[in-house]
Amino acid sequence: MLINLVRFQRQVGFVFSKCRNRDTWLPSVNHSKEYSAAALERKKFYQDVSISQGEDGLYEINLDRKKLKTPAGKLFTVPNEALAIAVATEWDMQKDTLKFYTMHLTTLCNTALDNPTQRDKGQIIAAGLKFLETDTICYRVEEPPGLVELQKNEWDPVLDWIEKRYNVLIGSSSNIMGPQIPKETKDTFHQHLRSYNFWALTGLEFIITQLKSLVLSFGLVDRHLTVEQAVLLSRLEEEYQIQRWGNVEWAHDYDMYELRSRTAAGALFVHLSSESSTVKHKLLQD
Amino acid sequence: MAALSSPLRVCRGILKELRSSKGPGYKQTLAYYFVLDQFRKNQVTNERHCRARREALHASHSYLCLLASTRHHLTLHKLFHGKGEREPEQVARLVGLQLPTQPGGKGWEK
Repeated sequence: MLINLVRFQRQVGFVFSKCRNRDTWLPSVNHSKEYSAAALERKKFYQDVSISQGEDGLYEINLDRKKLKTPAGKLFTVPNEALAIAVATEWDMQKDTLKFYTMHLTTLCNTALDNPTQRDKGQIIAAGLKFLETDTICYRVEEPPGLVELQKNEWDPVLDWIEKRYNVLIGSSSNIMGPQIPKETKDTFHQHLRSYNFWALTGLEFIITQLKSLVLSFGLVDRHLTVEQAVLLSRLEEEYQIQRWGNVEWAHDYDMYELRSRTAAGALFVHLSSESSTVKHKLLQD
Repeated sequence: MAALSSPLRVCRGILKELRSSKGPGYKQTLAYYFVLDQFRKNQVTNERHCRARREALHASHSYLCLLASTRHHLTLHKLFHGKGEREPEQVARLVGLQLPTQPGGKGWEK
């Protein structure tokens, strides 16, 4: 019973993410039509991982002597060094078998590079904005009173923050239809999202899908919340029930750590893809 | 904004994670050099109080969270995750039987 439940959760969770990121394995693996367990793991075939800088200043990952490629066969290139090192570390940390379900940054890079669903920026933004109508934070319950209180205390400050930061109106509601989002709000967010590049948008949409909330994702990406806080707020009702009824390690903790690792990977991906650092040296005064 | 832990704690956390996953050779990894380098570079100089330091701290905190949670997730997975079903061949062998072979292949295969 235990094992079936975990497997079911893993498969459901994994299939869901699979629908978005179809490619999590190297092109030379024969994958069967359904996602069998054998396709998820592969023996580790390299000893050293290193990065090198190719043309255009893009970084590549080398496994022993071979260059890493995306599942679609393209060369795996990363725009900046920090992300390249992080991906290389992911590959370096694998022992004996390659567990692709732990390599979230690699998955995100593959998605951004291959774009298997062939979407452009506008479509990604539209998909993300659609989440606003079913945002977790905006859906309140009416009972039990402990949960109502908790939602008010934890979620309202985040809503206030985002309303002030972006000068928009998002309400919260407790009926089944959800809040009515005015058009200006959507336009403001649309404008804001357009300023991100394609890679950052891929990462951002990933976070939104994981946290099930646009507001929380913005809070995380704007550095208002840490990853742990964002995950906690996203799982607020579950945490409430855990406190009430007890924690089940193989389900609750498992889910929480998986959510945390994915969200952290997404947040790091967005930040690394959209930052640019310059070093300004102080001039020596004679 | 809630308080992030201090840079020192985050840095040590990241290095501890690297050590726990790589073993004794962790000081030669790329990540080790890069992380230490970044932390040294982003120390607050007396020139300007830059917003970049807070951003770098948040990014490093996210990376620490990524490393730690992947490790915990993997531990839980190894501990609790089911091994999947056995192949029919294996099941038969468990009770001492053997699957019959059909020379022409079963009708629905291929």
